[in-house]
Amino acid sequence: MSTLVFLEAADDLGLQALTFARRLDPAVEVVAVGDAPSVAAKVHLAEITGYAPQAWARAIANLGPTTVIAAGTDRGNEVLAHAAVMLDGVFAANVIAADGDTVTRQRWGGSLLEEARLHGDVKLVTVAPHAVAIEETTGEPDVQAFQPELAAGDLIARVAERVEETTAGVSLADAPVVVSGGRGVGSAEGFAPLEELAGLLGAAIGCSRAVTMAGWRPHTDQVGQTGTKISPDLYIPCGISGATQHMAGCKGAKNLLAINSDPEAPIMASADYAVIGDVLEIVPAITAELRRVRGLS
Amino acid sequence: MIGAGIVGNSLACHLGRQGWTDIVQIDKGPLPNPGGSTGHASNFIFPVDHSREMTALTEDSVRQYKALDVFTQCGGIEVARSEERMEELRRRMASAKAWGVGGVRLVTPAEIKELVPYIDESVIIGGFYSEGVGVVDSLRAGTLMREEQQAAGTLTTVPNVEVLGIDVEDGRVRRVRTADGDIEADTVAIACGVWSPLLARMAGASIPLTPAIHQMIDIGPVPRFAGTTKGIEFPIVRDMDTNMYERQDGTGLEIGSYAHRPILHDPTEIPSIEEAALSPTEFPFTEDDFALQMEHALELMPEIVGDESVGIKYAINGLLSLTPDGLPLLGETPEVKGLWSAAAVWVKEGPGVGRAVAEWMTHGESEIDLQSSDIARFYPCQKTLANVRARAAEGFNKTYGIVHPGEQWASNRDVRLPPFHEREKALGAVFFETAGWERPFWYESNAGLVEQYGLNGREHEWDARWWSPIINAEHLAMRERAAMFDLSAFAIFDVAGPGALDTVQRVAMRQMDVPIGRAVYTPLLTPGGGFRSDLTILRLAHDRFRFVTGGLHGMADLKWVRDHADGAVVTDLTGAWTTLGLWGPRARDILASLTSDDVSHEGFPFARCKSIEVGPLQVLALRISYVGDLGWELHVPIEQGARLWDMIHEAGEPHGIIPAGIGVYGTTGRIEKGYRAFGFELDAEYDVVEADMAWGKVKDQDFVGKEAHVRQRESAPAALMCTLTVDDHTSAAGIPRFMLGREPIVTRDGEPLIDAKGRRSFVTTAGSAPSVGKYLLMAYLPPEQAVEGTELAVEYMTERFPVTVAVAGSTPIFDPENTRIRS
Amino acid sequence: MNILVCVKRVPLTGGKMVLTADERAIETRHLGFTISPHEECGVEEAVRIVEAGGGSVTVVTLGPPEAEEQLRDTLAIGADRAILLETDGGDWDPEATAAALVEVIAAENPDLVIFGNESADAGGFQVGIRVAHALGRPIVTGLKALAVEDGGLRCEQEVGSARDVYRVPLPAVVTVKEGINLPRYPSVPAKLRARRKEVERRTPAARDPRLEMVRLIVPEGKGKQAEVLGEGPGAAPAVVGLLQKLGVA
Repeated sequence: MSTLVFLEAADDLGLQALTFARRLDPAVEVVAVGDAPSVAAKVHLAEITGYAPQAWARAIANLGPTTVIAAGTDRGNEVLAHAAVMLDGVFAANVIAADGDTVTRQRWGGSLLEEARLHGDVKLVTVAPHAVAIEETTGEPDVQAFQPELAAGDLIARVAERVEETTAGVSLADAPVVVSGGRGVGSAEGFAPLEELAGLLGAAIGCSRAVTMAGWRPHTDQVGQTGTKISPDLYIPCGISGATQHMAGCKGAKNLLAINSDPEAPIMASADYAVIGDVLEIVPAITAELRRVRGLS
Repeated sequence: MIGAGIVGNSLACHLGRQGWTDIVQIDKGPLPNPGGSTGHASNFIFPVDHSREMTALTEDSVRQYKALDVFTQCGGIEVARSEERMEELRRRMASAKAWGVGGVRLVTPAEIKELVPYIDESVIIGGFYSEGVGVVDSLRAGTLMREEQQAAGTLTTVPNVEVLGIDVEDGRVRRVRTADGDIEADTVAIACGVWSPLLARMAGASIPLTPAIHQMIDIGPVPRFAGTTKGIEFPIVRDMDTNMYERQDGTGLEIGSYAHRPILHDPTEIPSIEEAALSPTEFPFTEDDFALQMEHALELMPEIVGDESVGIKYAINGLLSLTPDGLPLLGETPEVKGLWSAAAVWVKEGPGVGRAVAEWMTHGESEIDLQSSDIARFYPCQKTLANVRARAAEGFNKTYGIVHPGEQWASNRDVRLPPFHEREKALGAVFFETAGWERPFWYESNAGLVEQYGLNGREHEWDARWWSPIINAEHLAMRERAAMFDLSAFAIFDVAGPGALDTVQRVAMRQMDVPIGRAVYTPLLTPGGGFRSDLTILRLAHDRFRFVTGGLHGMADLKWVRDHADGAVVTDLTGAWTTLGLWGPRARDILASLTSDDVSHEGFPFARCKSIEVGPLQVLALRISYVGDLGWELHVPIEQGARLWDMIHEAGEPHGIIPAGIGVYGTTGRIEKGYRAFGFELDAEYDVVEADMAWGKVKDQDFVGKEAHVRQRESAPAALMCTLTVDDHTSAAGIPRFMLGREPIVTRDGEPLIDAKGRRSFVTTAGSAPSVGKYLLMAYLPPEQAVEGTELAVEYMTERFPVTVAVAGSTPIFDPENTRIRS
Repeated sequence: MNILVCVKRVPLTGGKMVLTADERAIETRHLGFTISPHEECGVEEAVRIVEAGGGSVTVVTLGPPEAEEQLRDTLAIGADRAILLETDGGDWDPEATAAALVEVIAAENPDLVIFGNESADAGGFQVGIRVAHALGRPIVTGLKALAVEDGGLRCEQEVGSARDVYRVPLPAVVTVKEGINLPRYPSVPAKLRARRKEVERRTPAARDPRLEMVRLIVPEGKGKQAEVLGEGPGAAPAVVGLLQKLGVA
């Protein structure tokens, strides 16, 4: 019976996964690839250059765990899915709680939860981002490097190169403030006042899926279950009704200020603050007031 | 005011304009779009309808939309794919002329192609073009109307408030309970579209509509519409034969359908705003129901619909309200005083309905007569879910249908059957339904009389539909010997109590303080002096009066009398009594053979009622005559009706009695006597003087409409009800044509006749007058034309037929001295 | 190139999740249905590749009889064939789903299999990977760009604001994410043609789930009562006050 937690790094999501893992098994050990994450734990470090999900999973499988945990990131889900096949294990993604063989996991990007029972000797789970409060700290790892025994084909799908995007402006996923527009903005041109406000705040621009489907904004601006998931300090959705798939993308926001003509729009149930009225009148007014206040100081 | 869609907004606004100062409007949805049908309805307006009332409401709505600057004119064309449809379009031309809608003309495929270049004109054979068609922003209109009264301080609108209950005390509405508190109100209006039945139920009232689906899709971007600046630049096309419409919507083309199987929903099935993916009244699209429609749209507009680059961007099953007879539900509910309904109204009538109902709520009547939309018109059995659904489903596919004026419903028949029903069936009765009652229109057993009297049929299939020459034969047999009529559809109610006489005096125009046993035929007037009803009142006792009125308006009449009752109880006895009519020269002989009571002319004068013994039956006999012949209405308790029928039939046989149907009772009998009928010649828009029914002097006692009536008597009428004869029935195709009613009366040159009040002349009733060998039309004519001998014309299917004024006023063409009735 | 795309029928939810009485499914009485967004883009991608270079697109779904509607939608935007693996509509876990799909995919033997990165509803993140292993093919996931190059695939996966590029030979399996393209809307003629096409039906063997759904739970709302800062443009000062308080102004 051994529990492993696969860590990409000792970042927030990694520490959340480690916290979760330690609750299940205080003796949990870490498996990582390439660079050892800075955590006070025994770290099995596989020597593989570059990301190749199947090879990384093989390294985990080599260690013969009965339980594997990872953060529910793209890579975490991918690597564990491969590992599940190799270990003939059952894999549950985006879990928020576990109790014996039963887990509570996310469906619909978190808008719905599922209580599920895991059957099998080997169990793998990824931890839903921000579902667990961090109780771990960074520290010095006790590293044990190893050469994984790879199977033929494990390295076929591997990263050949990385292309940096030349995105003008603030990255949506990392921005501390995001200003988003939905159907209520009315048109592609309607985003101009939102862009102006975002510029003043150093914020990123986001949008709802309706806006993307209408071709008003590129998909890279989309906030939602199938778009970018954001967790800014402040999220300002404008003219967005709050469909579940959108809310799945912004539930990590620390504060939410909704600007909408409908005081009972579904988004209001998740809003900390609200301004009721026409987005196209309110946003320019905020920009003007912000400029005025800054001009005074 | 519960409801903030187009109807609620318009009604709230007009109430404010009418002087109401404390109006609270609530809606469970947000503003400006609370999520009802107004938010997604295809907002176009075609002005011409076969119903005068609907056309008037639409016209008024268009005027209001234009005043609010939310109307975009684009024109509209109803296209025909079949010759039958072209005939129907000619009828629509006639209606346009009758109701005074201008800017209309019939157009050829080539002309249509010029107006709508993306149509494939080889698929159509013609069309009916209406310049005045336009689209409206009903959401904006509603907002403006609300804001007007909010600014005036009369109206407070609170969105996002859900009604939990409506409290009724002593039969009157008292308060509305909401999730956010209670509102005390003694007048509550429900304008909630598809949700209205639920609201009404909370108060113990009934708003008999059913939510139903109509499908629409939006395809685009259409290359031809690229760069469009206005929302719509081409006329809207109604593809009538396929029950569809196509219209430009910005860069897209919207295609709608009323052709699919009727899909009805229960109001409780409508989701909440949060649960719905779009809005509560936009249901998921069911593609299977639209498959045939896609083919039809592709046929008609291949340039756009067949363009593979044009995608289906939006497709919904939209909710709208349907009623059993396809007309709105307006007025105070009969169950609860102070509770008003303004439901089942389309965007095209919204503002007009708001104004009319506000006038009704304020003054007791409206400028546009709303009698056919009066919610009080239904009998209890018509309000059942089964009836509402059956008729709504049947009516749905007739939305753009060709509906013959005499067309009968096929669904939900045989609900109200008189005790003689089986006997009528055995005699080959052809049943038409009125107010749920199965009534014989004519009897096939009389078929042999047609040849006997040498009568002709009608050559044109349309004219002959829902008609038979047997009717005329029955008429002649009645005038020659005697006929018996099933009149069980009458609505009968008693007004009794110490205040009975006062009540009756108040509602009736004529003097009602008559001796016991007297029958008075009298109009009931509106406050403005127009007709509210016409019926017969019998004085049965010092403090008891019996009202006998036509089935169609029985329930509305009952409510009217109840509303004015003071110190009297009004009891509906419709289900307790049944009536047989017995008329003809031999009627007295037949009746006398059955009773030892004195039924001689001296012993039983005209306009009298008395109880007589007919064998083992106690019969209330009433000597009046709607068919203009000697005879009686015989009223018996319903369980004795069958026996009475058998006795009359047996006693009448040696005299040659025949059963006769409503074809005679409702048309031929009365038209040759010039008898007016409510809903045809008589309605709120015309007064007693114009109808030439101002007999005797005005009674001293006060009555509803007296002031107006006196004024009307003192001035010259703007029009006069006349009877005209058709001089030549021959059409251009060489066959005789027979008008059916509502055709425009014009000069021989085709110019419409318009009276000083702006009302156009049209045929109120058309029918044979077999006893005088003529075909008669009744119509209001302006004074200049209301002169015997004036030569005019009637426009039928856009052909003009010569007619002549035979009688200006109410003198009967047949037996003008009324010798038969008074013999 | 022969491409096979796997899709799943999911409900179009609104602003609130409502469950059936037994808490084992979403109440779908008022809801329409669609294909998971990632998969919609997968179908579009397949159609574009075939439009450019020839071949055919087959779409497969494991679902109830009503899922035929979704298959016809794919036929209407350019798929050539559709196969329905018919179930009773109940929940199938990822392993059972993968096993059923492997059977048909192995028989079809397409050059490329496309999945959505995860289904909109269950979000298991593993069906594509399990299928790839069973077929012995390489798999690249979460693609935002895909191109056929020199008999193989050039794939782009988003990592933060950068893109990782993979090159894999065919035959292969990929999963894609919404945003890889903007799917087209079907035209009316395409819809009519799609209605006339046959949808092949098979009945896959079910198996006991190892990831067994016990019940669904609608997460409790945060019970928030949003503080209304004001109405209309007049609320601007209050908003700026908030921005200052939060330290973002």
